[in-house]
Amino acid sequence: MARVIFFASIREALGRADIELSIYEDTKISKLIDILTQEGGQDWRPVLTEENVRSAVNHEIVTGDVMVSNSDEIAFFPPVTGG
Amino acid sequence: MKHESRVIVQEQPFDFTKEYSRLKSASMEVGAVSVFMGTVRDLNDGDEVVGLKLEHYPGMTEKEVSKIIDEADERWDIITATVIHRIGHLAPGDEIVFVGVSSQHRSDAFQACEFIMDYLKTKATIWKKETVVEGERWLKARQSDIDVANRWRIIESAD
Repeated sequence: MARVIFFASIREALGRADIELSIYEDTKISKLIDILTQEGGQDWRPVLTEENVRSAVNHEIVTGDVMVSNSDEIAFFPPVTGG
Repeated sequence: MKHESRVIVQEQPFDFTKEYSRLKSASMEVGAVSVFMGTVRDLNDGDEVVGLKLEHYPGMTEKEVSKIIDEADERWDIITATVIHRIGHLAPGDEIVFVGVSSQHRSDAFQACEFIMDYLKTKATIWKKETVVEGERWLKARQSDIDVANRWRIIESAD
């Protein structure tokens, strides 16, 4: 199962901290967002596709429409504000 | 880096004296220790801050900060470094972050410490939500922090 985690304002907007789903074949992140939208509802789409949203796969920041697989941990979060 | 760096994310306050002593006594070669401490301010964007709630991405935060320290180690001659970042519920006046670097000579310690802190602000997977009188709001990333972090990269590419 792939694990998808949401942080901060994204978690609050979706009303969900994480979700597990089966990815049957390697999939692009844009397709993963389609699957997540099916799971969570259409109002998830604008939250996940907003221009400032960052993604990480297995603790590495990714840019662009990268491939993800069933053993991956994928995270969506806003720009960081630590320090 | 001659000695393993420390990267800790925790809710509890940290002990400045203990952490400074650790950096200083890492090696007989230590001639300089540079420390930065960040504190929760009681005012932000003109609004009085009542509290701060910090969350992070366990595993990724520690990884990102270790990467930042490794990069500092490549650019400067440092002996060891410690970064402690607090999460959870904090109040104005509370210490949020400790960045310490020890080296033989002061220039390396000063610069590496500032570099680590500047990069931490743009790369560490931590998010702050502040409570003001009107309610709660998530802090937004600042362009000024991004510009400051980019400054270090610009200096490098000019070589």
